Amino acid sequence: MSGSGEVVGAILILMGAIFSLISAIGNVRLPDVYTRSHAASKSSTLGVLCALVGALLYFLISDGFFSIRLILGIIFVFLTAPVAAHVICRAAYRHQVPLAEQSVQDELKDYYMEDEILKVEDKGSLVTQGK
Amino acid sequence: MIFETVLITALCILMLAMLANLYRIVKGPSSADRVQALDSVGINLIASTAVFSVLLHTHAFFDLILLIGILSFIGTVAFARFIERGVVIERKR
Repeated sequence: MSGSGEVVGAILILMGAIFSLISAIGNVRLPDVYTRSHAASKSSTLGVLCALVGALLYFLISDGFFSIRLILGIIFVFLTAPVAAHVICRAAYRHQVPLAEQSVQDELKDYYMEDEILKVEDKGSLVTQGK
Repeated sequence: MIFETVLITALCILMLAMLANLYRIVKGPSSADRVQALDSVGINLIASTAVFSVLLHTHAFFDLILLIGILSFIGTVAFARFIERGVVIERKR
């Protein structure tokens, strides 16, 4: 009875650790911040989800202990890791971190340039209204 | 016996992943790289805590998993706002 829990937990935890290592290798080897964010967010999220599900199934099968905190942790990590990666990437783009040399197109460029100009005009109108 | 060996192997792989992320934190050309790698280290810490709680066969660390997740997310969002706008909490005007 406890053997099957150990097998399931060991397989899921080892898979999660290997996914985390793949994400870290991508984080070292990829050329710019956006591709690194792609590797780091998706793959390490999948790795930590595999490890947490492995721990949950191990305790569920071997002890009969169902942890609601572990479920909450899984849902929270699943919801917030992509949001954190999105926020970091947007901050990097607004801060004008350059793309890699081999990237071929930048479709966001026009929108952000218009946005910056609008913002400057808004500030100018605010200053004149204040006077 | 084999189960403990597999868990310790998983911990060593997670340590290698954290060292690779540490390389990116030290070398990263922009600060967004560093924040991204620190967030990834936090996620690896969550996974290591889960592996440790299976290895020690205790229920005491599950709160810690939730806590590290929440703190890592809040820290990442605060740093991103600081990079993007220069302030973390904006004043009303």
